[in-house]
Amino acid sequence: MRWGLEDVGVSRGRKVALAGVTVPVDPSRITVVVGGDGAGKSTCLQVLAGLLEPDAGTAHRPAKERIGYVPATAGLYADLTVQENLDFTADAYRLSGGERDRKAGQILEQTGLGGARGRLGGQLSGGMQRKLAVGLALLHSPELLILDEPTTGVDPVSRADLWRLVSRAAVDGAAITVTTTYVNEAARAACVVLLEAGKVAASGSPEDILHSVPGVLGTVRGAERPTPLSWRRGASWRVWAPAGRLPDGVQPVPPDFEDAVVAAALASELGR
Amino acid sequence: MDTLAEASKATRSFGAFTAVSAADLAVGRGEVAGLLGANGAGKTTLIRLLLGLLRPTGGTVRLFGSPPSIATRRRVGYVPQTLGLYTGLTVAENWSFTAAAFGTTGAPVPDSISAWKNELVAGLPLGAQRQVAFAVALSHRPELLVLDEPTSGVGPLGSARLWEEIRQAVSLGAGVLVTTHNMEEAEQCDRLVVMAAGKVVAAGTTAGIIGDRKAAEIHCDDTGRAFAVLDANGFAVQMQGKALRIAGTATAAAGLLSRAGIDATIETVPANLEEAFVAIARNPEAA
Repeated sequence: MRWGLEDVGVSRGRKVALAGVTVPVDPSRITVVVGGDGAGKSTCLQVLAGLLEPDAGTAHRPAKERIGYVPATAGLYADLTVQENLDFTADAYRLSGGERDRKAGQILEQTGLGGARGRLGGQLSGGMQRKLAVGLALLHSPELLILDEPTTGVDPVSRADLWRLVSRAAVDGAAITVTTTYVNEAARAACVVLLEAGKVAASGSPEDILHSVPGVLGTVRGAERPTPLSWRRGASWRVWAPAGRLPDGVQPVPPDFEDAVVAAALASELGR
Repeated sequence: MDTLAEASKATRSFGAFTAVSAADLAVGRGEVAGLLGANGAGKTTLIRLLLGLLRPTGGTVRLFGSPPSIATRRRVGYVPQTLGLYTGLTVAENWSFTAAAFGTTGAPVPDSISAWKNELVAGLPLGAQRQVAFAVALSHRPELLVLDEPTSGVGPLGSARLWEEIRQAVSLGAGVLVTTHNMEEAEQCDRLVVMAAGKVVAAGTTAGIIGDRKAAEIHCDDTGRAFAVLDANGFAVQMQGKALRIAGTATAAAGLLSRAGIDATIETVPANLEEAFVAIARNPEAA
């Protein structure tokens, strides 16, 4: 791996925030870190961005000015207009001349914010704010782009625009890591790291994770939870038998990526 | 079907702006209906109409067969995206406050949340707060449960557990209306209703909404160039692992790529719900 975290541990007082976490992030690739609130996603990104010193392990990152980082709750100045946000960011990275105008124009076009240059950042819709924040982080063409939950709470239309923006940065060569709580977003990644309670519950390509579920999976309907290793999928249950034997009446089904992620999270929880 | 909540040609205008326009929506006992729409599509206004928090300026809204009122409100459980808990009170205090408001005092704090009984809600992780909000909303055994983005911010395992509780309420006879931006969550629903620009533009099962929409998966060595060519020609290209994915059939993309001299394998596959939704939201007239 070129950039990323290697066997990183972070403690906060007595609480272990991350333990033995490896997150590979490579040029032209998107690594998605998926997990719930409190799993350690933001802590991973803070360590990668150099904002938090790990207690163990190593963070591999380029020089600070070659990183673009968008935290979960900000990434733009609410009291500045879209144009002022762009100007301020360009000044901060000492961009000038043709390159500056070219990149700023490109970002306005790609984010669809060209018509909103005079609007205050804080008055944009949630989706537009996230697009602007990601756009600002891309202004200086970073080698490593770090995005903390850019799509949480964003509607699917703006989410598609954001992923287009991120995909374009990846094909232009940036190494990108994105955190999300949406499993279907993880399926887009070249590399997925599933975090549960500060530990890696699964990691690899979506195909690797899909094929890493031991045993068999089945489906059955009914009101009662069929086995402890069961979860809801619509009106049916998924029943997971890691040892390979499903209870009577349970129809085997091939797991999909979402099943694989839930199974890995469950296995990680049982192992704790 | 035993209809719990029903909007017929429901319309709500605010001055010259029509937030909801002639919308039809029904939620029956024993089912989970999902309400999808981009921001500003009118979902929240429609829910406020159904709950009686707003009056329609046209059409009708009925809750348990009558116009929404304080009496019908007793039979509804509502979990807003902001959860609606008192964060300065403990879990047990939230429980007893809600019980008192609904006149159902006396029931003990349920097992699912009793571990945090004496903790302040503000100090709990988001996943735990969501479980508490659910338990509280279900405490008066509502017949209709309205959930706004129920698993937002919750991980895969936490979501699976919350859905177990939703389905538990359904198997006891409740009807559920869920709004969500999360397409995995939408697929958990029995039936979906899609809104755009204040109107209901599609309704049916996940498979029905997707219909025969297609997507194309593109595998090639020079992903970067292929992306640039498709992107420049207006395709909303997405990375899909090491491949690319676009809405629509393989034909258009194949022509563009071959003219650009890019050797690619293109496979037409069924669209997923997210792709279908984005297509509908971008062009609601065609839906």
